[in-house]
Amino acid sequence: MRFTNTRELEKYRHELVNRPDVYRRLWVCGGPGCLAAGGLNVLKALREEAKWYGLSGNISFKVDLSGCQGLCDRGPLVAAEPWGYLYQKVRPEDAHDIIEETMINGRVVERLSPGQNHRKGYDLNFFRRQTRHLMGRMAHMNPESLDDYIKHYGYHALGYALARLTPADVSGRVEASSLRGRGGGGFPAGRKWKACRQAPGEIKYVLANGDEGDPGAFMNRSLMEGDPHSIIEGMILGAYAIGASQGFIYVRHEYPLSVARLNNALDLARERGLLGRDILGSGFDFDIEVVEGGGAFVCGESTALMNSIEGRAGAPRVKYVRSTERGLWDSPTLLQNVETWANVPHIILQGPGWFKGIGSENNYGTKIFSLVGDVRNSGLVEMPLGSTIRSFVMDVGGGPQPGRKVKAVQSGGPSGGCLPRSCLDLPVDFDHLAEAGAMMGSGGLIVMDDLTCMVDVARYFTKFLVGESCGKCAPCREALPRMLKVLEDLCGGRAEKGDTDRLIRWSEMLSKTALCGLGQSAANPVLSTIKYFEDEYREHEEQHFCRAGRCAGLYEPFIDTERCVGCGACIRVCPCGAVKRSGLKPQGINQNTCIACGACLKACHFRAAVARPRG
Amino acid sequence: MNPLEDLLQSRPGEARQLLPLLQLIQAHYRYLPEEALRAVAEKLELPLSRVFAVATFYSALSLRPKGETVVKVCCGTACHLRGSETLIASLEKELGIKLGETTPDGSHTLESVNCLGACALAPVVMVGDETHGNVPAASARHLLGKVK
Repeated sequence: MRFTNTRELEKYRHELVNRPDVYRRLWVCGGPGCLAAGGLNVLKALREEAKWYGLSGNISFKVDLSGCQGLCDRGPLVAAEPWGYLYQKVRPEDAHDIIEETMINGRVVERLSPGQNHRKGYDLNFFRRQTRHLMGRMAHMNPESLDDYIKHYGYHALGYALARLTPADVSGRVEASSLRGRGGGGFPAGRKWKACRQAPGEIKYVLANGDEGDPGAFMNRSLMEGDPHSIIEGMILGAYAIGASQGFIYVRHEYPLSVARLNNALDLARERGLLGRDILGSGFDFDIEVVEGGGAFVCGESTALMNSIEGRAGAPRVKYVRSTERGLWDSPTLLQNVETWANVPHIILQGPGWFKGIGSENNYGTKIFSLVGDVRNSGLVEMPLGSTIRSFVMDVGGGPQPGRKVKAVQSGGPSGGCLPRSCLDLPVDFDHLAEAGAMMGSGGLIVMDDLTCMVDVARYFTKFLVGESCGKCAPCREALPRMLKVLEDLCGGRAEKGDTDRLIRWSEMLSKTALCGLGQSAANPVLSTIKYFEDEYREHEEQHFCRAGRCAGLYEPFIDTERCVGCGACIRVCPCGAVKRSGLKPQGINQNTCIACGACLKACHFRAAVARPRG
Repeated sequence: MNPLEDLLQSRPGEARQLLPLLQLIQAHYRYLPEEALRAVAEKLELPLSRVFAVATFYSALSLRPKGETVVKVCCGTACHLRGSETLIASLEKELGIKLGETTPDGSHTLESVNCLGACALAPVVMVGDETHGNVPAASARHLLGKVK
């Protein structure tokens, strides 16, 4: 059935909301982490088990797939409504207990919800400390169902805008909200909308950037896979505001499921008359196509992305003219990150005032971060901009692993930087991060503990960037491999005097002369680690010593018998039996048999096994 | 009709279909044969040099045949911190090839990928279409055993 006007859509929503709802429901998380951990097998097992109990035809009972629920390292997650139980690390074998205990008897299965005081998912600190405007509904919605989206006030903003607002009003609301682009740069979205609306031209395009290339970041992925309609609705509103009739969503090659879910959502929206010709009977035509990338990091850069859609190699163009005037096929183009688009319906519906009530000065709204690395709870976290790094790492993330200390937090992907422990109270927003030498990027926050070598981290990112440099401009093409060579020498014990200074010089040259944003920021990992962890560089350079015990051959493990409590963990993990002992108490390390793998350093919770210079 | 013709017919003859077409051909043949590149250039009325430029730019496309099963080791930041390099080394040893190569019998290709977007489960490996999380370096043999 096609909706031919806004009233029909609202009537349908009214019916959906008032329809007697499924009372008992299991939401199996369909986010990327849970699927990789075997979520689909759990879903199948639960459905089979429900069939056994004769529940499958029961209208008050349902097992359904949801979007990403957020606590990815405890997956596969299963949430039980209406109780609010959140089961973690569920295996297909647990299906019987969940169906019998919870679905039939209404009791919690304790072994599947470890360490929760009240056994309710929303009581966990991980969820309680977040503000989930974009992600909240994802956990209660099947990403492949349009009805679920409509029920959660989906396409309400679109219906409202088409019936009541002029294109200038829509654009005006976005401008007034001071929304900043979520893709990395933080450019004010409203300025782009205005420029694009006013740009002369018959044909205009809207684009969504879903080429989430930053390693360690997957929030765009879960948005595309968990709530695809919110991106589509945002884009339709954008197209209405600037007068575009065609849109593209550029999705990264590594995300085939995102492509499938977006295409499914587009088909459903088209069937209902929410997309395509004459949207909601308003006379406005607009359609969207999904373009799958070819596996190149640089395509996340705006002009490279446009080249790629046009069917060329994805190398960046020189930007003399903004793409809001001459972008895709030289037409005015409005390009935004998928998360920026997903914010648009909320702003139209709840108004710029509501949006400006969240977050900090000039950095309004919430942002989804992927909190990963050496923290106890890793997953996707949505917080107001301006929350401190500490609130992410300690409150939501639950702090470092037992016995470890947070050493640094890396933000912004390969173009970002590493911030030390002393920056824990820094607010996470576009301006403060940039000032401290990192950047917001698309929102990856990677926590590193004291076993991480900062020179190795710089080497890792530089190696990544060497592989992804498109090769068009000389500074990026030539300087990065040289820098990588020096970093490899530092990590391999072949460093020479002056290497650190050379790195600084080349980095500064690269930042000043590269052609595109990616090249200009390519030295950030090196510069920020040198800025905050210069000691470690000097140790690698002068003493050939790695204090983190990461660079093989640059340290020897040592057991501090004063600190040792005699738990025997190091003895158990040592692959060569190099830990000398009397009883369970380690006495030292036989350096002749030790291969310096670092296993004992990782295993020790009391910091008794440490790295020291060799010899 | 031969499969190449079918693939070419499935898309309209516009320049922007270049990358999607090459992806279809890659998915079908597991590489881009020379005659396919020529046929694509002819269909889209593009110079062969431009087709070649695109074919060699993107890492998803390859001019040499890939193995039946592609083993992709994630080298994202989280995976790096949790030892993806050791994992690659043990997979290289197990398969007897270097990263980026294909086994002589054409059964496996070992690749690294920048990020699979499942960072909470680091280190992550994709064997064919299946994703495996929290893979210890020592389990390379076990992991491959499942598909062999």
